[in-house]
Amino acid sequence: MTASATHRAIDAVWRIESTRLIAGLTRIVRDVGVAEDLAQDALVAALEQWPEAGIPDNPGAWLMATAKHRGVDALRRRVTLERKQEQIGRELQLIHQLDQPDLAAQVDHVEDDVLRLVFMTCHPVLSREARVALTLRLVGGLSTPEIARAVLVSEGTVAQRIVRAKRTLAETRVPFDVPGRDELDERLSAVLEVVYLVFNEGYSATAGEHWTRPALCADALRLGRILAGLMPREPEVHGLLALMELQASRLRARVGPDGEPVLLEDQDRSRWDGLLVQRGLAGLRRAEQLGGALGPYTLQAAIAACHARAPSVEETDWPRVVALYDGLAALTGSPVVELNRAVAVTRAFGPEAGLELVDALTREPALRGYHLLPSVRGDVLLRLGRRADARAELLRAAELCDNERERTLLLSRAAECEP
Amino acid sequence: MRFMVLVPGSPESEAGEMPSTELIEEMTKYNEELAKAGVMLAGDGLHPTAKGARIRFEGDRRTVIDGPFTEAKEIVAGYWIWECASREEAIEWLKRAPFDGGTEIELRQIFDEEDFAEQLTPELREAHQRLAEQTGQQR
Repeated sequence: MTASATHRAIDAVWRIESTRLIAGLTRIVRDVGVAEDLAQDALVAALEQWPEAGIPDNPGAWLMATAKHRGVDALRRRVTLERKQEQIGRELQLIHQLDQPDLAAQVDHVEDDVLRLVFMTCHPVLSREARVALTLRLVGGLSTPEIARAVLVSEGTVAQRIVRAKRTLAETRVPFDVPGRDELDERLSAVLEVVYLVFNEGYSATAGEHWTRPALCADALRLGRILAGLMPREPEVHGLLALMELQASRLRARVGPDGEPVLLEDQDRSRWDGLLVQRGLAGLRRAEQLGGALGPYTLQAAIAACHARAPSVEETDWPRVVALYDGLAALTGSPVVELNRAVAVTRAFGPEAGLELVDALTREPALRGYHLLPSVRGDVLLRLGRRADARAELLRAAELCDNERERTLLLSRAAECEP
Repeated sequence: MRFMVLVPGSPESEAGEMPSTELIEEMTKYNEELAKAGVMLAGDGLHPTAKGARIRFEGDRRTVIDGPFTEAKEIVAGYWIWECASREEAIEWLKRAPFDGGTEIELRQIFDEEDFAEQLTPELREAHQRLAEQTGQQR
């Protein structure tokens, strides 16, 4: 193997092993920052040794053993140099933790550590941005430059966010544990929110020149699939995964030949990804079978499934879509959901009924400045034959829109309204 | 990127014999690991070729050849579809599969639409669209 081929292979091993490695080390040292440093040291050792010696048969075990040995060596050196008593105490404790046989690893499952890690990186004590960065880094195995590209900020900013997040977790002594039943729902929704934020940024980029960023969707899908494996009894985990699979099935139909957005009703449905549709529908069934009232992600997945099952816009079960939006609106009270519901009502019961709902939403302060409100209103007005009013609304929507590709589409839809 | 992993047949698989409990256990564990890592999208085993058929195309003629087929090495007995970040990641995963005895497992990357977007002329694109509309109407 050439040196660069070995490095690519090491990257691949890292992608596969890093999450479990960091999770296992966090359980031992109880500090996610220290754990990541130890894991990184092991990676450096792999980069030094594997090109010569070859990749070991069990790379995961090799990395764990090396992380512990190197950690102990480095700590011993620091203890001899260290002057401050308090610091020495902490280091001796770490040496002790790393140096003894890891009995817990023999009775416990590695997956449990990964689950604890997920709850830690998505802890509500962290800001949303910090949760996204730390989760992509420690659970998703992405590098700082990859995360910077994903969230469209500089590498320095991402590095800062990660450093601060680790410090916050250490200072507030966030436990490395799966939350108990009493707070599980709340903590789980914080985890799912992080994953869906990543997905959505890939599905309809809020900024930049591209309308979608499929690589980001792929990262979110992988996180979602990992979560579904870790928490198979949680309906909303399957609901979120189903929602993402169904939405991702439309990704390639969502972008035209020149990178322009293609709206659901104009999409070539033969280009939807059948494998993802099947996986999404199966995931939705699983979520529904687990019982209980349907949560917000499962409801959204059920709506996406109505589209996935329909051969065309006209043959979509719109009354069912409206009913599902009723449930979702009652659950979330979100005006954005109300807006989507108005679109479904327009389809199911005609533009007059839809316009009434949209007009009521124009008084909603949360939707002020939201480009999809005039965009939907323009569409409804066009269906009513009020072309000049429709044009004005679509132009206003274009003005409010931050994504270049989407703005172009809105402007061309406005131009089509000209008499 | 997506990969297809092709598992070849063997005299045992062709005879319709189920693998040993031990191998099934190992394979189940491996499949679980793939699923938990978010890598596995699909995977199935195939019935022996005795239940299959081949169709030979020559000009306008179509000749149906019933199974079984003999050359076991060229027979596919199962497949996986994986989503991986790189070819190297797929190789790393495949290296962990519980095979033995000189078995060779083939790994192939699945074409993405972008892979042949350039070859798709406007006429082909239009034909594609028409096909979609027709199948949409028939459904």
